[in-house]
Amino acid sequence: MTPEISIHDLHFSYPALSPDDEPNPVLRGIHLEVERGEFVSIMGPTGVGKTTLCLALNGIVPQSTGGTIRGEVVVAGLNTRRHPVPELAARVGIVFQDPESQFFNMTVEDEVAFGPESLGLDPREIRERVDWALMMVGMSQHRHRSPFQLSGGEKQRVAIAAILAMTPRILVFDEPTSGLDPIGKAEVFRVVRELKQRDGMTIVMVEQESEKIAEFSDRVVVLRDGKVALVDTPDRVFAQVELMREIGLAVPQVSELAHLFNTRRNTSYTFTSLEDAYRALVPSVEPVGEVAYGW
Amino acid sequence: MAGEPFDKLRTEPFDPSTLRQPFDPAQGRAQDTASSGHRSLRTGPCIVVQDLWYSYGGEVTALRGIDLEIEDGDYVAVIGQNGSGKTTLVKHFNGLLKPTRGRVLVRGLGDREGSPLLRDTAGLTVGQLAQTVGYVFQNPDHQIFCSTTREELAFGPRNLGLPVAEVRRRVEEALARFDLEQYADRPPAVLGYGLRRKIGVAAVYSMRPGIFILDEPTTGLDWRSTIELMELIGEMHRHGHTILLVTHDMKLVTGFSQKSLVLREGKVLVYDDTRTVFKHSEVLRDTQIEPPQITALAKRMAPYGMPDDVLSVEEFYAAYCGLVVRG
Repeated sequence: MTPEISIHDLHFSYPALSPDDEPNPVLRGIHLEVERGEFVSIMGPTGVGKTTLCLALNGIVPQSTGGTIRGEVVVAGLNTRRHPVPELAARVGIVFQDPESQFFNMTVEDEVAFGPESLGLDPREIRERVDWALMMVGMSQHRHRSPFQLSGGEKQRVAIAAILAMTPRILVFDEPTSGLDPIGKAEVFRVVRELKQRDGMTIVMVEQESEKIAEFSDRVVVLRDGKVALVDTPDRVFAQVELMREIGLAVPQVSELAHLFNTRRNTSYTFTSLEDAYRALVPSVEPVGEVAYGW
Repeated sequence: MAGEPFDKLRTEPFDPSTLRQPFDPAQGRAQDTASSGHRSLRTGPCIVVQDLWYSYGGEVTALRGIDLEIEDGDYVAVIGQNGSGKTTLVKHFNGLLKPTRGRVLVRGLGDREGSPLLRDTAGLTVGQLAQTVGYVFQNPDHQIFCSTTREELAFGPRNLGLPVAEVRRRVEEALARFDLEQYADRPPAVLGYGLRRKIGVAAVYSMRPGIFILDEPTTGLDWRSTIELMELIGEMHRHGHTILLVTHDMKLVTGFSQKSLVLREGKVLVYDDTRTVFKHSEVLRDTQIEPPQITALAKRMAPYGMPDDVLSVEEFYAAYCGLVVRG
């Protein structure tokens, strides 16, 4: 099967700010394939090119940014250098960190309708898309409110609906929850999980929180110095505690715990969730009392 | 220990020799110590909040009767969901907001020598308060506007009316402390987000406020930059600064703060030692605040004798080693 996203030897430098400046390569030979319906998370230190990689997926890099590019990006069958951004955007939707910066309409409904309207679709088709998109993110009952009056999690869900109304096959999220409180984070992740499970969408998500990555991703891509340093399942990536530290990235606390046991007690634990750790650690100790409370 | 965060994951330890004498005896906390005589003992509150109410435009009531005392030299995490009043509360401490009802008193205001007395902030400007209360904005770009990093760091001390030589000394020291020397003459606007955050903190640091308020200082930072920034904040705390850290990141709360102030719907839900706060999960559950994974795991294993107030991976390991082995 052809992969949904195929990145081959991608190099990219933004245009120099002044003629004397050396071009500064951000991406230095990225190879990556993502299967249809996969949820892939991208981790990496600040400045490593995570956002640049996202923008390369719908052709904004290099078509809108300029700069020097080498290699190939093919998304949903389209080569990003041979098809214009609007055509690519109909297949690859990007949701950014700060949804508010994208809002400019009076109501949630208008906000979500804006994309399909700009495609010149007929009104019935637009209405169907808006209804479906708002339903998908659980915001149908808020359709007449102003997007600016919503909570952080609601705003981000509207931003996702606006992208969904373009009916993309691939959704790219660039740190979608970094400004949200725990309730908002949970709301957004619930929606993203639904989109993967129910609609089989391909998800690429830049995220810092390792616990969330472990919970939701099929695979994790770790970027370092503009290249892919690691790409594997969460349990294999988060077992590399030393390497992740060296790169400057967090692993889930339970993965740290597994590492501590493995180095001090010569065990071979791999934990990426609280459940993993609980199941492995409980059998070797005696109960001493009843459960008083738990989380 | 709440003060021993992130176990072995810490970055390089700070060199204390570079830190012991950073304060200006004429203006900073060293003078406070000398004049009040007992400042170094960290007794008494530096912020007192009495029945504080605040309404935005008369409609939304963001704070609903807050009573609170922050001890001098404490490291307090301010937590709660969005809309619980965290930012609204801390903005009262530096005068960005004035109470709709009630009072906010801050120590060390009103005279240039630094006063041990608590003063009402009602009649004081942000500028007057800036000497005592530093506020690092959530978004560094709301705060950074100078053409070079050096200028940015000089702006605050110069506005305090300090002599040129002193301004220069503070700028150089802040550049060194925050490892910003190589960016001194570059425009902050072109630097990366993590660096701009650091500059935002350094700019407030160069004013030597006794009380340091940081509103979500690590949002958008990667793990390493987060730990580096938290280490710098921890160092300021060890040096006697009172720290108020507004954050959603419970790993930072359990890893670094001494006390946790939990707000809910504009009221204080609980204010206690961080360990005690996370021990009483039933209180926190109401706010939908989730404890760090390791704390939750320990609670799950309470029936096997795990203590219910584990705050770090090291603590968990040590406690597990003490459990009764089956068989």
